[in-house]
Amino acid sequence: MRSRTIKVDMLARVEGEGGLFVKIKNRSVVDVKLRIFEPPRFFEAFLRDRDFQEAPDITARICGICPIAYQMSSIHAMESACGVKIEGTLRELRRLLYCGEWIESHALHIYLLHAPDFLGYEDAIRMAKDYPDAVKQGLKLKKIGNDLVTFLGGREIHPINARVGGFYKAPTRKELMALVEPLKWAQEAAVETVKLVATFNFPDFEQDYEFVALRHPDEYPLCEGRLVSNRGLDIDIVDYEKHFEEQHIEHSTSLHSVHIGSGAYHVGPLARYNLNYDRLTPAARRAAETVKLGEVCKNPFKSIIVRSVETVFACEEALRIINQYEPPEKSYIDITPRAGVGYGCTEAPRGILYHRYRIDDSGNIKEAKIVPPTSQNQKIIESDLYQFVKNNMALSNDKLTWLCEQAVRNYDPCISCSCHFLKLHIEQE
Amino acid sequence: MPAKTATGQDRSRLLIIGIGNEFRSDDGVGLRIARELTALLPPETKIIQGSGEGASLIESWNAFESVIIIDAVKSGALPGRIHRFDAVASTVPVGFFNYSSHAFSVAEAIEVSRALGSLPSSLLIYGIEGKSFSNGTELTPEVLRSAVEVKNLILEDIKTITMKSAVTK
Repeated sequence: MRSRTIKVDMLARVEGEGGLFVKIKNRSVVDVKLRIFEPPRFFEAFLRDRDFQEAPDITARICGICPIAYQMSSIHAMESACGVKIEGTLRELRRLLYCGEWIESHALHIYLLHAPDFLGYEDAIRMAKDYPDAVKQGLKLKKIGNDLVTFLGGREIHPINARVGGFYKAPTRKELMALVEPLKWAQEAAVETVKLVATFNFPDFEQDYEFVALRHPDEYPLCEGRLVSNRGLDIDIVDYEKHFEEQHIEHSTSLHSVHIGSGAYHVGPLARYNLNYDRLTPAARRAAETVKLGEVCKNPFKSIIVRSVETVFACEEALRIINQYEPPEKSYIDITPRAGVGYGCTEAPRGILYHRYRIDDSGNIKEAKIVPPTSQNQKIIESDLYQFVKNNMALSNDKLTWLCEQAVRNYDPCISCSCHFLKLHIEQE
Repeated sequence: MPAKTATGQDRSRLLIIGIGNEFRSDDGVGLRIARELTALLPPETKIIQGSGEGASLIESWNAFESVIIIDAVKSGALPGRIHRFDAVASTVPVGFFNYSSHAFSVAEAIEVSRALGSLPSSLLIYGIEGKSFSNGTELTPEVLRSAVEVKNLILEDIKTITMKSAVTK
């Protein structure tokens, strides 16, 4: 009996702390674990009895990379609980802020975290020596996303300007116009990025995934839409918990989410792209066509191309919003809380982020539930590892370990986010 | 003459960056020193407080001639130990900032910046050995004592930097 183990104690180039473990016995894969040991963070518990207006600022602390996603999901959930829908300019400003986060997060992952895998470098430091222009382009692109979030969000990390009902302060037209030239550069740079990453070598690997993403009647999804899948799911986000449930797994401090009755599902750029190709903005679609990406992409290693196409979209959408912008008369709508349950689901850079809150008639939060994208992708990451190792047994351990780490990074996992909650079980004898 | 950036702009003089998480006990020491310096230095002195996300750091020091970074470290030395080194002269020791859970950390930011030729002319790093990184907003006594010392050392550094800058002008 021959056994072989592929083990990475501490995954590099992912947010947070996790490792991976694959065990092979007699040429079959017998165990696969994405180990998550980042400490749990109990956000859902300490949201209880806080005011509904505090949820965006508290939940933004869950993640330094995607705080806007937390703000947007919580804000939409609170507005749904209070029976309010924000339209017009304020809605557009939210999309603009979200575009900033996508540009920032995608640029970081494409250039500094994922590209070294394809170009054969252990990290971005070594890659920067041979590809200085690419790294500089990535850093500049990321900074433009940062600047947009800093400007509209009020500060660079843990933004504070978004609120239930709108924004504490809305920008003037002149202020926003200052972002036009950098964003035009960013859109061009993103198009170049699509062309660059499409030249990488991709392992021949596809699975028959169930992709789940938001879908909106007119837009590539950011803040709103129905939840759909390529296997016929088409639900209001209010029904999310009737279709998806979280399970506690021993080797992970974050919960695993499953589609009830069918199991693992895939969220993030690939899911959004495959389910919303027809909603891409013109330049983003042209960029995808230029590199012959096709309307459906099932190879998770090619998520780097899809992320680049989405960066083109985010720049193009940001420019459209700025060009049409007329400041609102008031930067927010006054909202009177009422007892009820509210739901929010938005597209974080890594995939859908679901929030549900129950509040009382004075606006106190009585119950909170948060399902981040990385919890939802954990099962699919393990399933990819299982299948990938099975298909590539002939490779050396070093090569296989490298590719397994790369396979995890395909999902740009944010382990810090996924560990926001854990059901504690203490066993005593 | 002030140094030029890669894009030919004049680099401003001095940037101070405090890094950490104020809710993780000693990890907040860099932020605390940065805040205290803000009260002591002229308002035009650029002081920022950050989480240590590396990619933004590279961009933030792009336009500065001299940069001072203050962060908590966990290298195995005695709590409160002050590490001071010149990052232009030598590479950042491996594992020095190993408490970071960021995908792209401070040490990587410095080394990528070195590879790109975008390091400032002077980059001083103050690392203060932390004792407790658990939840909490208080510093441990060892780290608190070192925080006072580091603040004074930085005020001395600033004098030297200002004098050098006056001479080169």
